[in-house]
Amino acid sequence: MNDITKEHLLDLFDKGFRYDGRKFDEYREISVEYGISSRSAEGSARVKIGRTEVLAGVKMEISEPYPDNPDEGTIMVNAELLPLSNPDFESGPPGIEAIELSRVVDRAIREGKALNFKKLCIKKGEKMWIVMIDIYPVNDDGNLFDAASLAAMAALKDSKFPKVQDEKVNYKETSNEKLPLERLPLSCTIYKIGSHFVVDPCIEEESAVDSRLTVGVLENGELCSLQKGGDHGLTPDDIDNMVEIAIKKTKEIRKAL
Amino acid sequence: MSNLIVAEREIVVPGQELAEGMDFLPGDYVIRDKDKLIATKLGMVNVSGRLVRIVALNEPYLPKRGDLVIGKVVGVGIGGWRVDIGWPFEANLSVKDATSDFIEKGADLSKYFNYGDYIMAEIVNVASSKIIDLSMKGPGLRKLGPGRLLNIPSSKVPRVIGKQGSMIGLVKDYTECKISVGQNGTVWLRGEDPKKELLAVSAIRKIELESHISGLTDKIKEYLESKKDGL
Repeated sequence: MNDITKEHLLDLFDKGFRYDGRKFDEYREISVEYGISSRSAEGSARVKIGRTEVLAGVKMEISEPYPDNPDEGTIMVNAELLPLSNPDFESGPPGIEAIELSRVVDRAIREGKALNFKKLCIKKGEKMWIVMIDIYPVNDDGNLFDAASLAAMAALKDSKFPKVQDEKVNYKETSNEKLPLERLPLSCTIYKIGSHFVVDPCIEEESAVDSRLTVGVLENGELCSLQKGGDHGLTPDDIDNMVEIAIKKTKEIRKAL
Repeated sequence: MSNLIVAEREIVVPGQELAEGMDFLPGDYVIRDKDKLIATKLGMVNVSGRLVRIVALNEPYLPKRGDLVIGKVVGVGIGGWRVDIGWPFEANLSVKDATSDFIEKGADLSKYFNYGDYIMAEIVNVASSKIIDLSMKGPGLRKLGPGRLLNIPSSKVPRVIGKQGSMIGLVKDYTECKISVGQNGTVWLRGEDPKKELLAVSAIRKIELESHISGLTDKIKEYLESKKDGL
């Protein structure tokens, strides 16, 4: 972010305008497309928020349960920030941003109890399903967190178990059985720029952010996860405000799912 | 017998045959293959006399002497500044070309231009060894204040500016924005009214998208006129 754009952006905010003319709590157009790669993945989805575009895919594997939870399956979330999506992203092992993105998505799904892990167990202590969710941003025009979380949920919703024949997984055929998806946690990230709260920033706004809070919210408005980022602190009042906005906004995002 | 296969102002793709026979000569982004002229870039055909050339829809910026460019200060040294003007080699701005103020020997040059500052400068020399010299002496050459920066392909800069600045003048008149366009494709703009500023941005994006259409100035005028009432 260059200083002259940031100074100008803060000036615009004080006049009550966003960089691209939206309202402070207005999302860009959200679209969700299901089953974009139904031949190679058990479930997949493409989410667009304005010009931000994220793909998510679900693959499943049979493995041995962890010793501390012998009767539960598990999930794994992996995000890769592709260099084609943003000139600032480098190829190579995942950096701190990619790890944060995948963990925030993982936390909302895990702590929101989206999947019934017990139902992912095939035989106690011996076999379970691992659900692997891969997230790939195709274009980063800001707000990857919300787009990734929405894409992950959409891909889970799209997923079906592959067929199991002679104790082996046949990935070429799918059964009609859907994943045990019981709740739909979605995250909404509220950004604080100067003294303003903003949702769904474009890339210029995102690089001027002081602090942000990602809030995972369930259908009934219950919170399931939180993640704070950015260099500046937040007061308890700030957090109350942000959580309130998040609960209101996730209702809106949910309509796209 | 020579004949032209494509029409003037037609959009062509790389590999497309443009003309047959030896009477036509290959110009920019056109090569000769035996008796045929072949396009090597996506663009619009321009025939002037016997010369067939392509005006590329998108091409990288090549610095030329006399260009006004917008660059970012990426280095401050003892004798001047290093400026990123959007091509692989950084340009030099020496102290004597930067200001008419008296600068004492050994003074801290970051007081004048610091890292991350954006400046509008003129290219005064391009040497074959990729050394580019900039100057800040001239009308309108200055350090840029707070504002938006847009990037457009440098091949579309002439359309954004228009004949004798007609297009950019039109946008400025309707939106009351301050706009500076660098030949390297960087556009700086700032408006007092945020809504008018957004209109200026959308007008520039529209020019960028429709740069190959003739009669664009009238179209943009219509567009600005239609949006004016919403402000």
